[in-house]
Amino acid sequence: MDIIYTLLPVFVFGGLISFIAQLFIDLTAVTPARILVFTVCLGVLLYAIGVYEPLYNMFGAGISVPLTGFGAAIGKGVRSAVDEKGAIGILTGGLSASSSGITAALLLGFIFAILFKTRSKRM
Amino acid sequence: MMETSYKKKLIKKHTPHSRVLRDCTLAFLFGGAICTLGELLYMLYSYIGFDSEKSGMLVTVSLIFLGALVTALGFFDNIARYSGAGTLVPVTGFANAVTSEAMDSRSEGLVTGIGVKIFNVAGPVILYGILSGVLYGIIYYVYTLIQRGSFF
Repeated sequence: MDIIYTLLPVFVFGGLISFIAQLFIDLTAVTPARILVFTVCLGVLLYAIGVYEPLYNMFGAGISVPLTGFGAAIGKGVRSAVDEKGAIGILTGGLSASSSGITAALLLGFIFAILFKTRSKRM
Repeated sequence: MMETSYKKKLIKKHTPHSRVLRDCTLAFLFGGAICTLGELLYMLYSYIGFDSEKSGMLVTVSLIFLGALVTALGFFDNIARYSGAGTLVPVTGFANAVTSEAMDSRSEGLVTGIGVKIFNVAGPVILYGILSGVLYGIIYYVYTLIQRGSFF
């Protein structure tokens, strides 16, 4: 039963973010690419104002799996790099922290593009 | 008179709304399910013995792998037709954007095709994410200087 109490908030919060994004897509003319950009920037903002960490403690993957988690990783990386190295951290922190996700996406995207020949349209 | 205009308004309001409600409900369910899968993977990686930071990274990479694979196999669009933002907003959407752009542009060559277009959606996401990070970094750096009393 414990696992349900852990997973339910994750499900609800992750669902809620998707729900809101879908609402924007349906009711406004906003494109999916803009939604992604907005969600990442929102993640940085949430981290910067100190809201992300408490939300993460409550909802775990519910907020870290949506691209808000990607943005928060950038924010966190910048902050710890500034703490560690000073001003140069402003330039190094963001990409260092998000490197695993970016590299994985580019690597897999490239490999699959070479291996699979079927055309797949972007939604 | 008033009643008919009211009815018209009501119909106008409700026809697209039922679609909106359906879309949003599906987005909620799919988005929630993917996040739950992420949490389960996180538990698994923590159980295996990775620390929280590495487990988080592995979850992201795993879901990116899943999103890219499903895209490559050609199922992503069929799912996304129903799930909408439910598969877009999680990192699976990012993986899908990168993979599908790369696959679509394969015939245009390795450099000007895949090399350029793989960033069609990833580019803006990375650019504005990093720019936001730099902005936050500047503010945070100035803040730390003020904290230490060495700014003024």
